[in-house]
Amino acid sequence: MKRIDAIKRISEQLEDEPVISNIGFPSRELYAVKDSPTHFYMLGSMGMASSIGLGLALAQERKVVALDGDGSLLMNLGSLVTIYNQNPENFILILLDNECYGSTGSQCTYASTVNLSRIAEAVGFKNIFSFKGDLDLTEVLKAEGPVFVHAKVEPGNADVPVIDMEPEEIKERFMENLK
Amino acid sequence: MDSSDAIYQGLKKAGIDFVVSLPCVNLGKIIEMVDCDEEITHVPVTREEEGFGICAGAYLGGKKTAILMQNSGLGNSVNVLASLYKLYKLPILMVMSHRGTEGEFMSAQIPMGEATPGVLDTLEIAYFLPKTPEDAYKALSEAWLLSEMGGSPTAMLLEIGFW
Repeated sequence: MKRIDAIKRISEQLEDEPVISNIGFPSRELYAVKDSPTHFYMLGSMGMASSIGLGLALAQERKVVALDGDGSLLMNLGSLVTIYNQNPENFILILLDNECYGSTGSQCTYASTVNLSRIAEAVGFKNIFSFKGDLDLTEVLKAEGPVFVHAKVEPGNADVPVIDMEPEEIKERFMENLK
Repeated sequence: MDSSDAIYQGLKKAGIDFVVSLPCVNLGKIIEMVDCDEEITHVPVTREEEGFGICAGAYLGGKKTAILMQNSGLGNSVNVLASLYKLYKLPILMVMSHRGTEGEFMSAQIPMGEATPGVLDTLEIAYFLPKTPEDAYKALSEAWLLSEMGGSPTAMLLEIGFW
């Protein structure tokens, strides 16, 4: 499955859950598939998607979805330990794993040799879902968080434009929607 | 009011209700007080950069946020401060134990201690240098206000002499 198709499949199954989407093409692809005030598009700070998602989940009651990547998660692996310890029931971390740094030219990550959901399992995550094909989130959305979703996707980026919103506009629209 | 009480009470007065922390010998007592406070969500983190990410999310969700950290952690947070906080104009109160200042007993702390004000200046992060507990207590509310109004982190640099 292409990443943009995975993102499309995820977004059509969500209702009003706030989504933190990762820097680079994942945010651009989400923006192209469907724009929404529930989306926080990261334009920088690689590695921080799972942390921003955790903070948001701890700060309010709505269910939060973070779309992370393998390269990004590897940059902030300690985040899994903190998420496990804080144990937010309303947090779903979705790892879109294409085994490469997609936005910088598809250089390989170590996710091709290390199974990142086994790391989540070793940390203590109870609800882990792995997908290689269709991303049916029915059970994921019912599960008690923190939930770790591991979706393998193909490397490569869709031909989508850059996000034509100012960072402050993204922030303010997102915060307004959460009120 | 001792120095730790002043910081804790100052955070309370500023309305801070979400704190992430990394330890420093000087911050030990404050971290305990924050942890016992039921009005404050306290999240110990593995690395300062991660803590900034968590606070950004918490702020988006309506919290008033602070990080308790040693100045050494500023080094591994430069990118998140620039490309998340400065970019989106997000506030956070950085309460930093500033090691490597006058009276430091550990030579290893000195290089980062000396670099700290320059790193903050480069990032255009305003910082306060309170010398007494009373100064710090007052400055914390001001610092949060400045942070929120200006849409930028602000810092408290608490040198060795402060404690």
